[in-house]
Amino acid sequence: MADALSTTATGHTAHLHGDYLDDPPGLRSWLTTVDHKRIGLMYLWSVTFFLIVGGLFAMLIRLEHLTPGRTIMDAETYNRVFTLHGIIMVFLVIIPAIPAALGNFAMPLLLGARDVAFPRLNLLSLYLYWTGALMALSTLFMGGVDTGWTFYTPYSTTTGGGVTMIVLAAFVLGFSSIFTGVNFIATVHKLRAPGMGWFDMPLFCWGIYATALIQILATPVLGITLLLLVMERVLHIGIFDPQLGGDPVLFQHFFWFYSHPAVYIMILPAMAVISEVIPTFSHKTIFGYKAIAFSSVAIALLGFLVWAHHMFVAGMSIYAGAIFSFLTFFIAIPSAIKVFNWIATMWQGSIELRAPMLYAISFILLFTIGGLTGLFLASLATDVHLHDTYFVVAHFHFVMASSNLFALLAGLHYWWPKMYGRMYNETLAAVGCVLTFIGFNATFIPQFVLGSRGMPRRYFNYLPQFQALHVASTIGSWILAAGLFLALATLLASLRRPKGMVDNPWGGKTLEWMTSSPPPTYNFEGQPLPQHGPYDYRPVPVPLGVERHQG
Amino acid sequence: MSEAITTVHAEPEHSPFLQHHFQGMGQQFDASKIGMWLFLVTEVLLFGGLFVGYAIMHAKHPEAFMQAHHHLSRPLGTLNTVVLLVSSFTMVMAVWSAQTSKRKLLILFLSLTLLLACVFLVVKGFEYNHKFAEGLLPGKFYTHQGDTIPGQFMFFSFYFMMTGLHGIHVLAGMGAISWLLRRALRGDFSSVYYGPVDLVGLYWHLVDMIWIYLFPLMYLIS
Repeated sequence: MADALSTTATGHTAHLHGDYLDDPPGLRSWLTTVDHKRIGLMYLWSVTFFLIVGGLFAMLIRLEHLTPGRTIMDAETYNRVFTLHGIIMVFLVIIPAIPAALGNFAMPLLLGARDVAFPRLNLLSLYLYWTGALMALSTLFMGGVDTGWTFYTPYSTTTGGGVTMIVLAAFVLGFSSIFTGVNFIATVHKLRAPGMGWFDMPLFCWGIYATALIQILATPVLGITLLLLVMERVLHIGIFDPQLGGDPVLFQHFFWFYSHPAVYIMILPAMAVISEVIPTFSHKTIFGYKAIAFSSVAIALLGFLVWAHHMFVAGMSIYAGAIFSFLTFFIAIPSAIKVFNWIATMWQGSIELRAPMLYAISFILLFTIGGLTGLFLASLATDVHLHDTYFVVAHFHFVMASSNLFALLAGLHYWWPKMYGRMYNETLAAVGCVLTFIGFNATFIPQFVLGSRGMPRRYFNYLPQFQALHVASTIGSWILAAGLFLALATLLASLRRPKGMVDNPWGGKTLEWMTSSPPPTYNFEGQPLPQHGPYDYRPVPVPLGVERHQG
Repeated sequence: MSEAITTVHAEPEHSPFLQHHFQGMGQQFDASKIGMWLFLVTEVLLFGGLFVGYAIMHAKHPEAFMQAHHHLSRPLGTLNTVVLLVSSFTMVMAVWSAQTSKRKLLILFLSLTLLLACVFLVVKGFEYNHKFAEGLLPGKFYTHQGDTIPGQFMFFSFYFMMTGLHGIHVLAGMGAISWLLRRALRGDFSSVYYGPVDLVGLYWHLVDMIWIYLFPLMYLIS
């Protein structure tokens, strides 16, 4: 502290060195970089690419359902399209989107660190992601995959096409996810700025930390499950094949032991972004810091105890069903705690409805709908009626797809000035948000109605009485696509503006706003020392030591 | 807001092995140790899936598993258990030698560990060879004649998957130990910097421990 330096947050810090975008220059330096910010951006654009690919498949599915029977493709093609839509969106978009893209970019900055704990492992994780992505896409030339993203046995062990390849792709992607998780946990433990205790961390880091816990505890089980599936296909080892003395339901248990916690890999980082955006644009300290922090960890741990609620009708004792049902209700509590805390943060705050805040509020609305409809599926009796219908499709698109997408966009609009040092056109960004919000609801609310009336999911054909709602949903998908396209175009258009004009456009209090935008290669000039809590918007911030002393 | 942040320019510790983003050797060591423990957790869960699958299939087909395990050689299994246990001891001694800057002892103990790993794989190779000769193979390749109880192929499916995955881990461990040996010959390690030896040691103990579970599970059903 002897030679402490001060930087002013409103003025521009001097650009002593080049920023991380140009220093060192060249494509080769990007591909061999170990800088967390560059790796984050490469993840971001890879995820965006696959979001567009997976989104196009979604548009094709909706277009096919414009009329009953064949509209634009035959039933076989339809099965392959919805399978690839699911696999791309789950493994290549939603799981890496926020942790690997925004987490990589923002978390070390928020902690006041120079990089993540294992920078080379971080780069390896990106290359594994690319390898897995290429493997997944290569199945397009192997006759496609028609199992759905869940790979249920015995169908997945008997059908043809590229099942083995795409399962191995998911295995490789799992390792990419594990390496990210290991990296982030070690980073949070060891690379916080001096003086930053666990409860002085921004909540984004808590959310990413909880996510990383799930990534390392659940993903290896998926890895071994997928290997067993490959062995079953190649060697007929018998574990999942009833004809050989195996048990196909065992596959479902194994699969959901990962894949249910995986939905929290999708939602926890989304909640983490929202916990940053809400206080910044309410200009108010977050309400219930510890409640939000602990509820993230509670969700991560409880998430391991509810997997069998995907299998209420798959053949399970009713006592097991009752216990899993109860635990599923139970996990709604920490989620609700977060929602109430965000609302309490906004209450009596000085709310600025700028683009990231609009996305954050949309997130809260959509997540609430998604969360509450989950309770219908958690109840044993209603689940028998709703299982495998469009109600389920609409529910998980609300909780996984919409929440993740809106939080990703909230975070992207929030940190875009930090990433590129440029501000986008805020009016267009707001229009993009509103369009996306309308489009999303128009697409999926009709599907709740369809499902409750008995329209099964994954079916190619449907009865004529469902057509009106299917048409509404398809039109909604066009609005949704238009909104997302506008949002992307608005962000990209900002790259034509001059760089380095905005160091802290939102008046944020966390450490990433205390360096220049875009940041220098090693993030900060010297080692930053946080002087007050991450959300201290009081006129005279209270120093960290004093606050901790007072409890 | 100027009081919002102050920065210090930490005095860098001068070690050629200190990476730029750490503030000192202690922080770097602690971080890498956490990373290794987390990696070991994922390894336990990876094998855990196989152990659960084995347990469930064993419970479904107890007679077949009992009958099948008589084809395994208990003496060779016991020998390999002893070999791995001793290799864990030599690995511990290697870590100790690094911590106390005893370069020659470090090279000796790393070489011994490597040698014992080789012995393990050679013994395992003899066992595999015997199974191949008798057609005791996984899944559809099971061609053993004269079984009185059906379903024994499932035992060998698990036998080969679990010992095979373990064998791959032994190979990976040998690669890591060879890398340590090269660096030890170069004189990289000392009481100031011994992190990699410590971490590979942890990994090697895990590989050993998995075998400690595999051995009674496969060879000693009764």
